[in-house]
Amino acid sequence: MVERTPILNFVTHVILFLGFLMAVAPFVIVAIASSHNLKDVNDVPMPLLPGSDFWINIKTAWTTADLGPKLLNSFIMATGVAAGKVIISALTAFSIVYFRYPGRTFIFWLIFVTLMLPLEVRIVPTYAVVANVLSPYQAILDVTGLSWLIEKVSGVQVSLSLGLLNSYSGLILPLIATATGTFLYRQFFLTVPDELTEAARMDGAGALRFFIDILLPLSRNNMAALGTIMFLWAWNQYLWPLLITTDQSHATAVTELKQLIPNVGGIPEWNIAMAGTLIVMLPPLIVVVAMQRWFVRGLIATEK
Amino acid sequence: MEKRVTFSRWTIGILFAVPQLLLIFTFFYWPAGQAVYWSLTLQQPWGGGNIWVGLDNFRSILSSADYWNSITASLVFAGISTGLAMFIALVLAALTDRQLTGSRFYRVVLIWPYGIAAPALALAFRFILAPEAGFLAVVNRMWPGIWDPGLDGADAMASIIAAFSWKYVGYNFIFFLAAFQAIPRSLIEAAAMDGSGVIRRFWDIQFPLITPTIFFLLVINITESFQDSFGIVDIMTSGGPANATNLMVYKIYSDGFKGLDYSGAAAQSIILMLLIIVLTIFQFRFIERRVHYR
Repeated sequence: MVERTPILNFVTHVILFLGFLMAVAPFVIVAIASSHNLKDVNDVPMPLLPGSDFWINIKTAWTTADLGPKLLNSFIMATGVAAGKVIISALTAFSIVYFRYPGRTFIFWLIFVTLMLPLEVRIVPTYAVVANVLSPYQAILDVTGLSWLIEKVSGVQVSLSLGLLNSYSGLILPLIATATGTFLYRQFFLTVPDELTEAARMDGAGALRFFIDILLPLSRNNMAALGTIMFLWAWNQYLWPLLITTDQSHATAVTELKQLIPNVGGIPEWNIAMAGTLIVMLPPLIVVVAMQRWFVRGLIATEK
Repeated sequence: MEKRVTFSRWTIGILFAVPQLLLIFTFFYWPAGQAVYWSLTLQQPWGGGNIWVGLDNFRSILSSADYWNSITASLVFAGISTGLAMFIALVLAALTDRQLTGSRFYRVVLIWPYGIAAPALALAFRFILAPEAGFLAVVNRMWPGIWDPGLDGADAMASIIAAFSWKYVGYNFIFFLAAFQAIPRSLIEAAAMDGSGVIRRFWDIQFPLITPTIFFLLVINITESFQDSFGIVDIMTSGGPANATNLMVYKIYSDGFKGLDYSGAAAQSIILMLLIIVLTIFQFRFIERRVHYR
């Protein structure tokens, strides 16, 4: 730095080191606790030298909470959300930036507003929609009198029904329905030089060609950043999967944590609970460590 | 900003936006509208549709002591955890930005907590802060019964605040550090030439330049404390003891899905939506205009 400040430097090191301890301590404690046997983990204070029961606890947690299929579910959901976001946001941003059509500003605002209201605040009605995704369209048909008309003409009673509870699409689709990624792409598309578009058009490329062959390869960085953020965000979802997976078959790893909370009464099995926690928190941690650059970039760009 | 060169076939253009529009209509606008409708009606218990009750749902919610208790708890939670998470992150980011040896290492590690799912860290903190095992139990050995999140509302609140702040220190740290690094080195070096010390430089140059980030994070932290707290509350306290940690989103969930009071839950959702919209507008209108140093 600019000048010599030995005392301040010392203080800086001390505080940063304390911060480091604070950030890492829970991870370490979880790891150590999951290696103890039932007696040691309940000692006060818990011994800080790792015990020898690590694999037994991991195995117990794995079978109690049935983590294998649940991790797979989490993975499918997170990948689905990340992929869906990356693709759909790119399409929308392309439409908003590269075309002039009536109502474009309106569409822009329509999408922009979704940034304001997170899923958590509108869970109750969203749940009702997911129970039958076609209910909005049924209601529109009913109100406009179209279903009456169809019934008169063809004799078929219109009742649209498609339930998405306990399905991957039910887990994934509502989580994609926000604007986060769209604006990331929009900002980027606006920086792509116009000359590139002109050159492509001169060479006879249409909109679709330009999008696939030029714009998408240029957005690789954005895709990586957005994909990383969305994967983590989806993996860490809790309330939504908890609601719509009434059946165990589609529960995710994060919602399964609830099964591991030790019962009141008896000696609490914290070692098992911590082993489960370790398994559930490991995949996102690996993603953060491996994709750090994209993670930070994505966070700052999406302001998520 | 607009593009000068565009494509002329705008029918194709609209097609590109269709998937997104369908999604946000089905899963955003329709449910949001539904929430408004439900909040103004009352579902008849035996089925047979909703009856219009006007603002009765809001009246009964706003006159319920439980709801005001939930609002107070949410505000206490939002205030303290935002303050803690932002203050600690600001200090750590400012110190990391001094770029002494090891700062690259801290830049990597201090981010980790944000990657962890709220319920997972909640379970970890539940153990660490448990009254009978773990680490804070040491306090109970010395003064029996002084710490028990299961019985004492203040202790429970402190536990969820600790868990939430821990995660969001990592988040705030990323943004603060990016803001500090965006300040041109030449500014700081020039100030140093003029004889100002590290602390003086912080207050007179760096701090004013990162105020936009501070306000941005303030709004984000508060809104996240409304949403992301759900997993923490559900795993650590389930809203208890005696509703001491029954935050707004948790109350919507328990009223709507456990109490099956859709109308009441919808009315609460609307109030929360309004609150978040006000915060967002506040951010865009007020803060973005006032705080602009470029």
